[in-house]
Amino acid sequence: MEYNTSMNSYDDEIVRKFALATLIWAGVGFILGLVAALQMAYPLLNTNLEWLTFGRLRPLHTNAVIFAFAGNAIFAGIYHSTQRLLRTRLFSDALSKVHFWGWQLIIVAAAVTLPLGFTQGKEYAELEWPIDVLITVIWVVFAVNFFGTLYKRREKHMYVAIWFYIATIITVAVLHIINSIAIPFSYMKSYTVWAGMQDALVQWWYGHNAVAFFLTTPFLGLMYYYVPKIVNAPIYSYRLSIIHFWSLVFIYIWAGPHHLLYTALPEWLQTLGMAFSIMLWAPSWGGMINGLLTFKGRWSQLRNEPIWKFLIAALTFYGMATFEGPLLSIKSVSALGHYTDWIIGHVHGGALGWNGFLSFAILYYIVPKLWKTELYSKKLAEQHFWLGLTGIVLYYISMLVAGVTQGLMWKAIDANGQLVYPDFIETVVRIVPLYRVRALGGLLYISGFILMVYNIIKTIKSSKSELTDTPISNLSYDNIKDGKPRLLEGYATLFSVLALLAILVGTIIEIYPTFNVHQYINPEITVQPFTALEQEGRDLYVREGCYVCHSQQIRPLVDEKLRYGEPSTIAESMYDHPYQWGSKRTGPDLARQGKKYPDMWHYQHLLDPRQIQPRSIMPAYTWLAQKNIDYSQIKKKLNVLKNLGVPYSDIEVQNADVAAQAQAKIIEEGLQKQGVTEKLEGKEILAMIAYLQSLGQKEHR
Amino acid sequence: MRTMILMVSVALLLTISFVASYLWALSRGQFDDLETPAHRILKDDLSKINNNKENKNGI
Repeated sequence: MEYNTSMNSYDDEIVRKFALATLIWAGVGFILGLVAALQMAYPLLNTNLEWLTFGRLRPLHTNAVIFAFAGNAIFAGIYHSTQRLLRTRLFSDALSKVHFWGWQLIIVAAAVTLPLGFTQGKEYAELEWPIDVLITVIWVVFAVNFFGTLYKRREKHMYVAIWFYIATIITVAVLHIINSIAIPFSYMKSYTVWAGMQDALVQWWYGHNAVAFFLTTPFLGLMYYYVPKIVNAPIYSYRLSIIHFWSLVFIYIWAGPHHLLYTALPEWLQTLGMAFSIMLWAPSWGGMINGLLTFKGRWSQLRNEPIWKFLIAALTFYGMATFEGPLLSIKSVSALGHYTDWIIGHVHGGALGWNGFLSFAILYYIVPKLWKTELYSKKLAEQHFWLGLTGIVLYYISMLVAGVTQGLMWKAIDANGQLVYPDFIETVVRIVPLYRVRALGGLLYISGFILMVYNIIKTIKSSKSELTDTPISNLSYDNIKDGKPRLLEGYATLFSVLALLAILVGTIIEIYPTFNVHQYINPEITVQPFTALEQEGRDLYVREGCYVCHSQQIRPLVDEKLRYGEPSTIAESMYDHPYQWGSKRTGPDLARQGKKYPDMWHYQHLLDPRQIQPRSIMPAYTWLAQKNIDYSQIKKKLNVLKNLGVPYSDIEVQNADVAAQAQAKIIEEGLQKQGVTEKLEGKEILAMIAYLQSLGQKEHR
Repeated sequence: MRTMILMVSVALLLTISFVASYLWALSRGQFDDLETPAHRILKDDLSKINNNKENKNGI
């Protein structure tokens, strides 16, 4: 037997590595989520440590869950299934190792930099430019390894799972590169080249398709391989999978603007995004139906097989999330649901149910195979399933109720045309009990996960045999006969090019028109750029992750006009690198916050929100009064912004530090006159106040 | 209006190209066999098939 030579066996070692990494990072991501959930229920848990506040932990949670947990699960599943589907070992063992360790390095870098406040302030793309470069390099390594494997495959025909992997690799590369283009001004900080409405569009084109091509297509590919394998039945309809694949990749890419309904985004883009989001329902359910009906005639086994339960629940949650998504993309539904916890519930139905449960099923299936043993305990897996399911249900229902409740309270208008709940805090206090229920749901989900970790450890320990790679199966089958026209599914390059074209159509049609962004702006409107100190404050606003809980985008809806003022315009944010429109209102919108309250109010509120509003759940930002503004970077910052098209004069750039110090001095003296005794000279809080006071003050007609 | 003209013509072009590529794929036999690929991935090893082990599961 010479199966262990690298030519005759599958590389199982890399799959084992990714599988273990999946488990480790899942634990980290889940615990971070639980901490963040508890912080919203009990604001004192934000502590007074800047690294542990909600604004910095929440991006860490989302990045850990998406790119660390789901990422490693995808790589484990893709490397495991691709080798078997193509009947060949991976292209290069060395590249596999670089891919594995490079990806773990990216995750560790994220876990260090995000709590330190290095962020680009764009959701799910927070990581700063050096890490973005590293992601690009590692993704290319992955792509070379994958397409190299395709090239040397012994099985001519590419099964549907492979199509989804191809679409994933190509599209994530396109999304990541376009959204991450930024000009650095220091070794860790940069400004994105996109601004305002254009940045919002590019960001949600990216953001929505991170969901599509990182959390959906690779998992669909895995589903198409593992469901038939685990159930030992062919996929319900291969015909449906063809329709499902092409329509899904073509339509998904257009749906991004549904995150920006009723904003200052041009209306035609909103309508387009909404229409495609509704269309997306059909291909999404094509995938769900194809998965579920594969169990046809075998339902009775469901009772005894916990892995089957995970698969069916995962597909059901996928179906629910992809029904709810189009629903929320309808403008009138979005008017109620957007900015609320409903969205948080929606994404967790997908993440915990679809991505989580499918990953768990795959791990329960491949770990015993990879370690050549049996699963330690089916009973524990069963208990894991029920704990997890209860957790998701509690999570989802509490957030749905919280979201709808708060949305309706925001909108409530009495007979006199006045807001019923003019104090934002009333709408927050009402849903805080639901935040506790949510945390309980998360706790249950994690409890189930801990059972799984124990189960897997026991399984691995029970492995008696030496860990060897699985021999490559000798079944060779080539359905492409001489003389007969070859099928598209036998041509890897052509297939990849077509998949790329399918995602580029929507991309170009949506993004290209925004290059003429000025045509949407009334020429009579002039917009002042931020002063040097305000820009510095803006960077602090980004650093602290304020956008995680505060939007800066007033929609043209009656209640929002009453509560926040005139609707936001395109012009207002045209110099914002990055845009900070936000996507969630845990606190009120800040687009017109400037000059609403005196400096003293902001000073007290930032240092101790509960001194101003006893029931506030906002973290205290005490360190802003202790840390000094870094004046040395301001010139460089303004210079980069000037090159990106923000109308600063040369003199403004040259005098940026002096001007910033002068403006800070004025704010400082104002505060001291009102009785502030602390020494505030050059402290960050001055810049933050300057920025907050400038919001909504920059547009002139 | 400019956007409308652009979008309508792009939509028409896309429709035509989709229908054309579908007809092309159909005529080239792309959809002739929609059964075997789904079954084939279930079989990892030729020896198993020869022993008819798979048949126990009703395939």
